[in-house]
Order: sequence, then structure tokens, then C-alpha cells
Amino acid sequence: MNELRQDFPAYDTADGAFHFLDNAATSQICRPALEALVEFETNDRANVKRGVYARAERATNAFASARKAAAFFINAPSPDEVIFTSGATLGLNTAAHILQHHLESGEVILVSELEHHSNLVPWQLAAERRGAKVRAIPVTDDGRLDLDKLDDLADRVKIVAVTHTSNVTGAVTDVARLRSFCDATGALLVLDGAQRAPHGPLDVQALGCDMYAFSGHKAFGPTGIGVLWGRYDLLDSSPPFLGGGEMIRRVSIERSTFAPPPHRYEAGTPPIGGAIALAAALEWSMSQDWAALGAQERDLTEKMLNGLSDMCGCRLYGPTGTQQRVGVVSFELEDVHAHDVCQLMDSDHGVMLRGGHHCAQPLMDRFDTVATVRASLAPYSDQADVDALLNGLEAVRRKLA
Amino acid sequence: MNDALYDQAIIAEARSKTGAGRLEAPSITAECDNPLCGDRIALDLLVDGGKVADIAHKTRGCLLTQASASLLARHAKDASAADARELRDAVSAFLHGKDDERFAILTPVRNAKSRWDCVTLPFQALSDAISDLEKRS
Repeated sequence: MNELRQDFPAYDTADGAFHFLDNAATSQICRPALEALVEFETNDRANVKRGVYARAERATNAFASARKAAAFFINAPSPDEVIFTSGATLGLNTAAHILQHHLESGEVILVSELEHHSNLVPWQLAAERRGAKVRAIPVTDDGRLDLDKLDDLADRVKIVAVTHTSNVTGAVTDVARLRSFCDATGALLVLDGAQRAPHGPLDVQALGCDMYAFSGHKAFGPTGIGVLWGRYDLLDSSPPFLGGGEMIRRVSIERSTFAPPPHRYEAGTPPIGGAIALAAALEWSMSQDWAALGAQERDLTEKMLNGLSDMCGCRLYGPTGTQQRVGVVSFELEDVHAHDVCQLMDSDHGVMLRGGHHCAQPLMDRFDTVATVRASLAPYSDQADVDALLNGLEAVRRKLA
Repeated sequence: MNDALYDQAIIAEARSKTGAGRLEAPSITAECDNPLCGDRIALDLLVDGGKVADIAHKTRGCLLTQASASLLARHAKDASAADARELRDAVSAFLHGKDDERFAILTPVRNAKSRWDCVTLPFQALSDAISDLEKRS
């Protein structure tokens, strides 16, 4: 058994038939995050930036520390560049709201066919508001961004908004190449890091992006919390996205002036417990040996890929190798619908998978399919999970194909 | 519990592909999507004298959607507009627990709420087709 499971309360009571392979949708919460959440809600729960009593001071300090931990996790130059959101979706919507003020009519937002709808629809809405256009980087047959086509797409590009890691194919984006493209064209670079954040600490400065969003619940934290990082000058260049308490400087009936970033973008009482618990999850992540975890993930990914390739009537989507990818593998069984596979894999084999379009319908169109089955690994995954997956799929295929 | 979803009756109904295909000259065609999974049904109706004279469906979906589309083709033949709406409401009432012989093989689906839309999709397509036809005339 994978020893790391001691850090995950979901495994405390799980029996052998608990094979959670839907980590790309939501990971399990790590023990330090859950304990931090209970500790805050029990002993320090009070609103932040308001109360003068000691309990409120503790809440305010813990919330500020959480912001510092998040900044540290992504190597942001300053915690003031870290906005707490409800997740990557709100983060990307906020990014689109902020950057739309840099768009002129007729200019282009460059997305890709690989995007989750969360990093596509907000840009479509922004383009509509500004009279701009959305253009997409195509995807190669093995499920990667086709960056060789970049030069053909360069005309009037003002924003490049793409995934750092695909939630369907597991491909990790060559950000350096996109950075060069943005340097040459003067475009701003936004990365959707929802699938990258669960794979260890990040360095937004080394990546050279201008904004970066991720979710807590995929990175061993609680649900309802996420992070949007942005260069301070960009965050300071836009009016607020949502209005309310905590984001103002002075309010009269006629008008308001707004707080500086990040508070300008955090209207209302923030998810305080969520932020504190996320910080604990990110600190847990930073304490791990990611070289070893990466090797373990590549090993299990290779076993999955080999087993699926050998399976009769199984079609794989995405990269066939283990380099520049994470342990997210999509496939289809011939003549068996993805949801039928997932239902039986759960009820008969205790394997939890995701079936469907994965909120990536343009990519399904690109692959000329409707729905795939997806298995996705986490640091607590092990050989028994992969064995259960492959054996279960054989049984499902025999039953339904 | 969910294993019963794939019992022989449902699999057989799906495999029967009753009404699968397209009509050459339908009076109306309705397309219906399940946004959860992207499954889709295209339903052709030939309506004559206010009744469904012929029915065909092209269903791209899971076994439950295919079984449901086959059931629909069995029961919608000769249906009036009122019958068609009754069918749609009846399948929904069945899932909520009201007994109905016509849908008996779908009983295991009652325990799998996340799959209810798979079953109602073909019946929604029928109701949409009838409404479109009424709007047109």
C-alpha cells in the first residue's frame, strides 16, 4: 500500500475496493488541510479585517498567512498579487474581466482546442463585450497544443489563454515557447493551472506568465477555494469584478472608490476557512519529495498506458509516452459508452472514473468522439489501483462489448 | 445496486434497436442533447391525422439512453399529441416511484439519479417534436 495514504483521511476507513481514479475532477483532502479547517472553524472562527477582539485578530492573521503560503507555493513576487477565489473557474472569469480592458475591437484572444470550458467561455464572453475575436491553437493527434502553428495565428493577438496541463490528455504545455510567442507579439499570457497545481509547487516567475489560476479541491485542499495570481500592474489596471463589502475604500450613495488589489477582487466575506485549509494543503505539497512522486506517477502512468494499449478495442487519446504529461489518461472501449463503463467499474470493481466530455467539447469534436473514460492519478495512487482498473475494464468489456 | 442497471432486460432492450434509423420524409425532426455527457438523439416523426404514424431515432448514447429510445419507439406509435406528453410525464413519474408497466424494465434506474436524464432524453425529444409541429401549423 502507498504509505502516503496515512496523510489522507479518506483512506482511514476505506477497504480494498476503494480505487479513486477521478483525481483530475477532485482529489481527496489531505489531513493537514482538514485539521486546519476544523481548527479554524472551532477555535478561531470570526470575520476578518473587522473585529478588534482577539479571536477576530487570530482569524485575520491566519487569513493573511494563508495568502503568504499561496504566494510561496507559486513563487509570486508578493502576496498582494494573490486573489482568493472560489476556484479556477472564478479565477479565469476574473482574469477575463481584468484583461478585457486591454482589448481593442478586432483584437484576438488566442485559446486552444484543448481548453476546459472554464478557460474558453469566459474569454468568449469578454470578446463579445469588447468586439474582439477568439481564435484557437489546434491540437495534435496525440493531444498536445500544436505550437508549430503559432506563427500562423499571430495576427492581432492580445491575450493568450491556455491550459498549463490538459484535463483530458494530461499533456503539459510547453510554456517557454508560448512565452517567446508573447514576447514577439506583445500578448499577455494567462495559464489555467487547475491540473498542474496538484503536481507540486510552481514558479510563475520562471514560467513568465502574466496571470495564473488554480483550484484548491484538485490540489488536496477543500472545495470552494482557489487562487488567481496576476502581475500587480495588471490587477491594478481594472475596476472590480464584483461589488460588495471588503473591496471598497469609500462608499457614498452616488459612487465608490475601491481598495487596491487583491482586496478589490474579493468582495464580501472571503472563504476564510477554505483559504486557511488550502494553505495547509499547499504546505503539505511543498513538504513532499516531488522527484520521487513524479517517478511514481510516470511508472503508474506507463503501466496504465501499456495495459490499455494491449486491451482489445481500446482507443487511447493523448500522448503515448510518459514525458511532459501527468497521470491523466483518456480512452474509449469500442462499442461501450463511457458512462456505462464508469457505472460498472464503480459498482462491480470499486474503481471511480470519470466519463463524458470532461467540459472539453471542442476537444471531443477534434477527436471526433462524444465522450471518453478518464482515469487520473494522485500521489496516493498505487499499483493495486491500476490493476483494478485494467482487470475491471476487461470484465466490463466482456460483459457489454 | 447499480449493477442491476446492466441486467439482461435493459441490455436486450438497448440491443433491440427498436425504431433505430431515420425516416425518409419525416413530418418533424427533433434533436435533443444531454449536456452532462454530450449524448444526442435525433428523432423523426411521421404524423398523419394527428397521430404518430411512424417513428425513427438516431441515438448516440449509453445503454440506458438506447434502451429508453427503443421503449419510446414501442410506445409512441399511434400516439396523439396528448399521448406523447403523457408519455414524457409518465416516464418522469415512473422514475420518481409511480408504477407503470410500460417502463418496468427501467426500475433499477430509480436508484441511480445521475442517470435519470439518460432515460428521459428520448421522451423529451418526442415532446419537443410535437411542440415544434404544433407551432408550425
